[in-house]
Amino acid sequence: MAELTKKGIGGFLARQGILVAFVLFMVGFALANQRFIAIDNIFGVIRSSAILGVMALGVTFVVIGGNLDLSVGSMMSFSTIVVLDLHDTLGPTLAIPAMFGLTLALGAFIGFLVGYLKLNSLIVTLGMLSAIHGLTLTWSGGQNMDIADKQGTWFSVFGQGSIAGVPMPIIIFGLLAVVLGLVLSKTPFGRKIYAVGGNGQAATFSGIPRARVVFFTYLISAFCVATAGLLQASRSLGSQNTVGQGYELEVLAMVILGGASLLGGSGTIVKTVIGVLIFGFIENGLLLVGLEFYVQDVVIWLVIILAVWLDIAAKRGRLWSPIA
Amino acid sequence: MTDQSSVLRLEGVVKTFPGVRALDGVSFDLRPGEVHALMGENGAGKSTLMKVLGGIYDPDEGQIHVAGEPVEITSPMQAKARGVVFIHQELSLADELSVAENIWLGELPLKSFGRVDWGKLYADTDAILKTLNVSFDARTRVGDLSIANQQMVEIARALTVDPRAVIFDEPTASLTDAEKVVLFKVIADLQSRGVGIIYISHRMEEIFKITDRISVLRDGQYRGTLNTAETDEEAVTQLMIGRKLDLSRNESHHEMGDIALEVRGLSCGHLFRDVSFTVRRGEVVGFYGLVGAGRTEIAETIFGLRDPSEGQILLGGQEVRIHSPIEAIARGISLVPEDRKGQGLVLGMNCRDNMTLPQVDDLTAGPFVSDGAEISIFDQYRDKLDIRTPGWRQTVGNLSGGNQQKIVIGKWLSMRPEVLIVDEPTRGIDVGSKSEIHNLIRDLAAQGYAVIVISSEMPEVLHVSDRIVAMFSGRVMRTFTSDEVTEDSLIQAISGLQSDKVA
Repeated sequence: MAELTKKGIGGFLARQGILVAFVLFMVGFALANQRFIAIDNIFGVIRSSAILGVMALGVTFVVIGGNLDLSVGSMMSFSTIVVLDLHDTLGPTLAIPAMFGLTLALGAFIGFLVGYLKLNSLIVTLGMLSAIHGLTLTWSGGQNMDIADKQGTWFSVFGQGSIAGVPMPIIIFGLLAVVLGLVLSKTPFGRKIYAVGGNGQAATFSGIPRARVVFFTYLISAFCVATAGLLQASRSLGSQNTVGQGYELEVLAMVILGGASLLGGSGTIVKTVIGVLIFGFIENGLLLVGLEFYVQDVVIWLVIILAVWLDIAAKRGRLWSPIA
Repeated sequence: MTDQSSVLRLEGVVKTFPGVRALDGVSFDLRPGEVHALMGENGAGKSTLMKVLGGIYDPDEGQIHVAGEPVEITSPMQAKARGVVFIHQELSLADELSVAENIWLGELPLKSFGRVDWGKLYADTDAILKTLNVSFDARTRVGDLSIANQQMVEIARALTVDPRAVIFDEPTASLTDAEKVVLFKVIADLQSRGVGIIYISHRMEEIFKITDRISVLRDGQYRGTLNTAETDEEAVTQLMIGRKLDLSRNESHHEMGDIALEVRGLSCGHLFRDVSFTVRRGEVVGFYGLVGAGRTEIAETIFGLRDPSEGQILLGGQEVRIHSPIEAIARGISLVPEDRKGQGLVLGMNCRDNMTLPQVDDLTAGPFVSDGAEISIFDQYRDKLDIRTPGWRQTVGNLSGGNQQKIVIGKWLSMRPEVLIVDEPTRGIDVGSKSEIHNLIRDLAAQGYAVIVISSEMPEVLHVSDRIVAMFSGRVMRTFTSDEVTEDSLIQAISGLQSDKVA
């Protein structure tokens, strides 16, 4: 490295830092614990990442559109509790569409506030994080929610079933990633999201309905949250009111790790999927090396802060700059 | 001060950005007690040079000397510590703080325990303000001052150090004549104290009034230095643009068609009042006036970005109400906006996607955007407009200003509009691209487009327009045909000196 100038290293880290860090992590973990690269472990990592991954797909839309969504964690708790409760009152066939409808309504409300009323998305979704949590507790009366007949329901198929040996959560995550990936990269709507997030004013001057585009990004995010809630409920068939607590930041971290810019206008579904996997493998690796649970949190969040720094550095073209 | 043939000297400074050589071996020296004008067209490299001097950009090559010593400037604070201070065109003051706090921001005089020494602060400030002969004092809130006085605060800020070189960037852009006199006095005073002054301005009469020497940049290159006393406007212009200033009028007239756009008595709050004009197919109507005369606002109203408070817009004889750009586009109106980077382009997006953005909904095969349809539009307009880019995948932000502008023009031409509005089509664009864009505008009219060109540059308006609408303070002062217009009458009309309204 001696022959590289300071600028050279800085520039390289700014462009590829996350991948470099990831490769170092993987190699380190693999050396420390053989089990890390065993097939079943890798499969396990993907499966356990699927629920957060599904949410990250939706948040990718919101972030590319230039906004934030911090409400997804508590919205996911809401979906999970609601679908479990309705499972016993309406039956699973009606419970699922009803839960999707309610979750989409929440997404539409946020989309209305951020898109049409042009309120700051950080404030709106931070507020909704708490508001939806309150809504969930009101719904459940503060009690844990459990399905009465856990053995006799087909509802468990989403979280516990598998097709040709591949667990359902992975299949759903994969399918959703493909569909949403195509929407984002190939459709006119996807193009408009990039335009709105990249330069909202230029988008308006090009005749793009900015408010409507933002509105739909939140609707897509809510749809993904509902799907994640379904997977969670179906896997455990019972849940606490706080099941999704803290997920909003982990999901955002995955999206940013993948390389989407918090400033909007950049990022892809493929990159987000990579971010999801990086996050999953780091978590799993730390577990296998035997790090204490709480130390893991410290390491993971340091990695995330590093990622955000690199994101900004890439924008500036250098790691440190006297002006913004 | 010891041996000082120059307070500030640059040698062979080079600064490149992706795709652009913004400064190409620029050398320049500033003597104590002189006012040295730095001139050049937009994009010639003046602001890049200033940012290099101010430590905001690292030069790729070259050397900077302050008072004879080679130095490396890495931050604005460091530049100031060496006595190199800037008076920026865009004021960077904190409105809510007092004059004194603004001036000493970052270096407030302190007493024990880090308490601010307000007494000293105000006394020091008033001492500086006294030398500037201003009417406000150290305790005044900056937000309450006029622009001219805010500029005095900027200047006062420069005087907190013993300056060697003071750089004024377009200082008179927003000053009245009386305020200019005060500014020039301040400059003369600095000069008499042996301070070197770099004066950046486009205004020739000022340059000839106050400067000693004139250095010219063109396309990032140093073009030479002239002694002000021994040269004239024409020689400077020639150095700046590489040829004589072309004040020729448009003389090609072609067949005009029906009236494409008519505006009757259009008003929008206090922005503009009672504006009426028509544009025919095949005609270029130029809108000329000072910044703030309401020209851009008229374009934005026609494009549905503002709601008029009164008046009518007629397209092809039919009255229309346009409430959004979406409706305007659907009715065949295109607007190439004034602010290319802010309103015209998504800089992080590639060339092709930018160009097809307004019509992406129509370029589909099944649910997906058709790559082929997009590329064929891009190729067509790349060839037509001679856009120089390595390929459609190139990020627009990496292109030169001229090519960026052509992307925006291509974007709106490909919509095949009935009415094309072009707002400041050549701002920040090099001379070559400028005349290409002018020719393009004439060609478009010849093809039957109805074109409105808004410009603050007289040569441009004269060059492209069949008729010229002169505006002052939100009103149409006069409409000229290209045969009857003279520079004098045009200048009088836009200064509000002569109101000769034609029905």
